Amino acid sequence: MTLEATGPGDGEPILRLRGIGKQFGAVTALEDIELDVHAGEVVALVGDNGAGKSTLVKVLAGVHQPTSGTIEYLGRQVTLDTPGKALEMGIATVFQDLALCENLDVVANLFLGHEISPWRMDEVQMEVRAWTLLQELAARIPSVREPIASLSGGQRQTVAIARSLLLDPHIIMLDEPTAALGVAQTAEVLNLIERVRDRGHGVILISHNMEDVRAVADRIVVLRLGKNNGVYTADTSHQELVSAITGASENSVSRRAARKLEEVGEDK
Amino acid sequence: MTQDTQKSAPGLQLDRADTRVRHDAGLSGALRGFVDQVRSGDLGMLPVVIGLLFISTVFSALNPVFLAPNNLVNLLFDAAAVGLIALGVVCVLLLGEIDLSIGSMSGLASAITGVLWVNSGLPLPIAILAVLLTGALVGLVYGYLRNQFEMPSFVATLAGLLALLGLQLYILGPTGSINMPFTSPLVRFGQILIMPAWLSYLLAIAPGALLVYGGMRRNQQRSAANLSSQGMSVVITKAIFLTVALVFAVYYLEQGRGVPWMFGVFVLLVLILNYALTRTKWGRSMFAVGGNAEAARRSGINVKRIRLTAFVACSTFAALGGVFAAARLASASQQAGTGDVNLNAIAAAVIGGTSLFGGRGSAWSALLGVLVIMAISNGLTLLNLSSSLRYMITGGVLAIAVIVDSLARRSRASHGRA
Repeated sequence: MTLEATGPGDGEPILRLRGIGKQFGAVTALEDIELDVHAGEVVALVGDNGAGKSTLVKVLAGVHQPTSGTIEYLGRQVTLDTPGKALEMGIATVFQDLALCENLDVVANLFLGHEISPWRMDEVQMEVRAWTLLQELAARIPSVREPIASLSGGQRQTVAIARSLLLDPHIIMLDEPTAALGVAQTAEVLNLIERVRDRGHGVILISHNMEDVRAVADRIVVLRLGKNNGVYTADTSHQELVSAITGASENSVSRRAARKLEEVGEDK
Repeated sequence: MTQDTQKSAPGLQLDRADTRVRHDAGLSGALRGFVDQVRSGDLGMLPVVIGLLFISTVFSALNPVFLAPNNLVNLLFDAAAVGLIALGVVCVLLLGEIDLSIGSMSGLASAITGVLWVNSGLPLPIAILAVLLTGALVGLVYGYLRNQFEMPSFVATLAGLLALLGLQLYILGPTGSINMPFTSPLVRFGQILIMPAWLSYLLAIAPGALLVYGGMRRNQQRSAANLSSQGMSVVITKAIFLTVALVFAVYYLEQGRGVPWMFGVFVLLVLILNYALTRTKWGRSMFAVGGNAEAARRSGINVKRIRLTAFVACSTFAALGGVFAAARLASASQQAGTGDVNLNAIAAAVIGGTSLFGGRGSAWSALLGVLVIMAISNGLTLLNLSSSLRYMITGGVLAIAVIVDSLARRSRASHGRA
């Protein structure tokens, strides 16, 4: 795996979103979203179910087109109208549903759309590259010549992450990358995120797991009901984050915590 | 991060680092792998082999002429046209689409050949070129309807079935049939031309030799790249079996008239499509779109363009099949491409192992499947059965093939194979 930092130096903005909105018929999924991603930083995108995180990811991946707003990438205003274009520009995505072809083997999935020598595919070189990539991720894949259908959820996740790294992207978006992973593999993915960041790439991490988010994120952007709801740092307390996500300091999480506290008090 | 348990021990091959996996080596290993594969529902060529054995036993018991060399030569002559059409069907089935108008397309193709070449006196190559362009155009229309209006291909091509048949009747005019001169190269190609014996034998030996050569080259490259290599014993055994079977087949056919050029051209096209499907980016994209179109789109594959190429390939193969059929019959008539042509071509692809559900199949399935279908049709004709019975039996065979496909798919799903 060669993660070459060909893009901007550390701290320079790679991606700048201004006033992004997305409507599905009568439903407003995103409204006036602002988001900056700089080189060499991990931006975590958090929010409750239906907050618009996955929609935002799909807009950036070129899967959905925004209904309003501008996207500025490496200082130029761009339109991301196809997934292929986003990939070409250096925005790689690991989708929540992984988007793997179950009938193809691991090598074919890793190189899908980017096969080495299109008119006479170099299977040996692709297989070697696949093994190197997977070993760097400390992946436990029994065989790269088995169809994806025979792999477990965690193994599929690893394949999807490995695939996003294949093209040396400027920005990697990970939609719930650790949801299906075991303890060791979660740690490996977090290590990997840090390493990608240290190489000067921007990382957008979406997760429900506050522990993971606070472990690696430089900034935490909270979305709520399709709108920005504040930017926090990793030092922010858990409670503060939860109230930003749910929209009030008085919420089901805090009520539950208070009740537990009371119960403990009564027991004593 | 690489200092983990997974770190391969020094000297271990890249793909042999994981000790939990059984790696089948040598001949017995290959055999064990094959049995596992079949058990999990990955049937491969098995249905075809069983089908051919069963068919030849039954029909040769009913009428010994069935296995006579010259009858088999005739069978190969007949197989080429439908085989070409089936080759196109494989392309659309791989995407999980269907083309029901292939029969009409082939009929229209033979009509255009007749009108341009016989009636208008244009040179044959130009007439054939016009036919192929017509096929490509029809495919473009289907692809456009599918991409732009999300029209299910089975509806679009069902409409095409009738429209193309109408066009065929229209350009044939009131006479309804055009006879082609028997001395012309096209008809000779369709009825008489046979490969010289030395060439047939050479072509029978070539696949085995290429298999061994390819296996050695592959092993060399893989061991140079520190990957495990398949033992040569398996490759050599396969090559020996293949060569013996092919040489015997050619020897047997040479007892009659020999191997038809028409069939040779068909096999050549199978080889070309097989290469395109397995070794090029286009082929990989076809399988990806058939397996998971959304995943393919997100990987940057232009799904619409892939669909377009598949429909164009299908209609073009059907058009060429129509020319072959006209050459075989030495005429272009209103009946060309009607009846069981559609069904035979689709059944051939499915029997050969191309799934109706998309994402699985190969060019070989057209070749293998068409041999089964044509053997049935030929055997029934030898028994002097009316076409009513032939249609019913062919329909039943297609139904069985689809059931086998569905069952195998379910079994594969439960065994974790796509």
